Amino acid sequence: MTAALSGVAFRYLPIVILAVLWQMASEFGWVSTAVLPPLSSVFEAGWGLITSDDFWVNAGASLYRGGVGLLLAIVIGAALGIGMAWWRPVRALLSPIVEIFYPLPKSALIPVTALWLGFGDASKILLIFLGCMLPVTIGAFNGARGSERTLVWSARSLGAGRLRTLWDVVVPSAMPELLNGVRTALALSWVLLVASELIVARAGLGYLIGFMGDGGNYDGMFAVVLFVALLGFIADRLYQMAMQRALRWRE
Amino acid sequence: MARIDDTLAPTGAWLQGPRFASVLRACGRQLIAWSPVIVLLIAWEAVARSGLVTPFMLPTFTGVLERIATDTASGDLPVALGMTMWRALAGFFISAVAGIALGVAMARSRAFNWFFDPIISIGFPVPKIAFLPIIVLWLGFFDLSKITIIVFNSIFPVVTATVVGVRGVEKELIWSARNFGTSERALTWDVLLPAALPQIFTGLQVTLPIALIVGILTEMAMGGYGIGASMQTASRFADSLGVFAGIVEIAVVGYVLVKLMSLLRARLLVWHPEALEPTTA
Repeated sequence: MTAALSGVAFRYLPIVILAVLWQMASEFGWVSTAVLPPLSSVFEAGWGLITSDDFWVNAGASLYRGGVGLLLAIVIGAALGIGMAWWRPVRALLSPIVEIFYPLPKSALIPVTALWLGFGDASKILLIFLGCMLPVTIGAFNGARGSERTLVWSARSLGAGRLRTLWDVVVPSAMPELLNGVRTALALSWVLLVASELIVARAGLGYLIGFMGDGGNYDGMFAVVLFVALLGFIADRLYQMAMQRALRWRE
Repeated sequence: MARIDDTLAPTGAWLQGPRFASVLRACGRQLIAWSPVIVLLIAWEAVARSGLVTPFMLPTFTGVLERIATDTASGDLPVALGMTMWRALAGFFISAVAGIALGVAMARSRAFNWFFDPIISIGFPVPKIAFLPIIVLWLGFFDLSKITIIVFNSIFPVVTATVVGVRGVEKELIWSARNFGTSERALTWDVLLPAALPQIFTGLQVTLPIALIVGILTEMAMGGYGIGASMQTASRFADSLGVFAGIVEIAVVGYVLVKLMSLLRARLLVWHPEALEPTTA
């Protein structure tokens, strides 16, 4: 137990070194505190924020937008991808459109969604939905295409109907790549969310970062940036853990 | 084409020639491949003209094309495009060189790996765009801060792909190179990097769109010319023609860059077994 613990400590020591260097940099005046507030005062500001309602209102707004947008992207994106792999007409119709829109830098959608739906929640949800859908679609498509023909044939010859084969054979074998696509979408959703809130919003964590930076409250700004970074990291780790659990049958 | 016409056209025989047939077939294939896009554009035009939506919500495609033409003629578009591409590509190349170097160092040196591995694995999933105001605070509003934030975002996939690629090089290759007395330097350049190139290139292919996305985001957030900045200005002034012109421009740029990368990949990896696999593109 202690060996494992010290192993973890050794592994993450570089992070601690960076944190200590940060604190020392402002402590000893290597850089101006206006440019880099000491880590201790960032933590203090962070504590002040966590205990304020204002912060949680903004965090709630961000999580709501990101959650709804991502959920729509996953459900609709996965359905489209599997549909494209399973029905030839759907593929003929959609694959060129997917191919055109996939490389489209998703940030281009920010002004359009703002134009359509204004500066509130709806435009952010639409942005995240549109921006995150294609990685899920491509993952689902590749996964479902890759499902072994022999498995599909055996299921069919054992008397499984088309829909049943789809649900019991194709969907599970598409899962690994589908879940990888979702992971990309998860990372992308944070980028789009924070960026769009930095650019056009009146609430949300991105908005809070911009607002504090403009107001010269750098302690607070650093605290919110670190909080967003931490949330993104935790979301990814939790997702990876869930993914491993969901794919345990493959081992 | 001209040469074929000149020499063969008078006889009329070229119409049946196998060469002409193959050209025709290639054109036909392209037309079929692009037909959904053409249909999409026609549908866009039709919906925009039908009066179902206001021109503000969806301007006509022809109107957008006109706008792109005027912007090109006035010089606004070439300047914006140039600025966007310069920053995105500068960021991409810095990420590529630094990312591959760091990845090789991490794969080969325990000390490097110890120090950078937790930083990379924590930094990768973090939404780094949130650091934008901090970078602005440090480096100002101009190209330097924009390129820095681009590198900050796009270096991660290159590093992880390089580490995985170099670590995955077959041990037999390394052993036999060492047996022939290859120096460590030559081992890196002549054995490890070429053998890891497929993975490294995949990392580069992942990261190029990221560089473009982040570059455009910085322009939207901070201004300073570029397609992102002009789209943001257009959006503020409710100039939907300008916004949609930006979308079309960015879509074309993104598509061309991604296609170029996959062509380059096919060329660089001709020797690799993957070149024999049927392409999905």
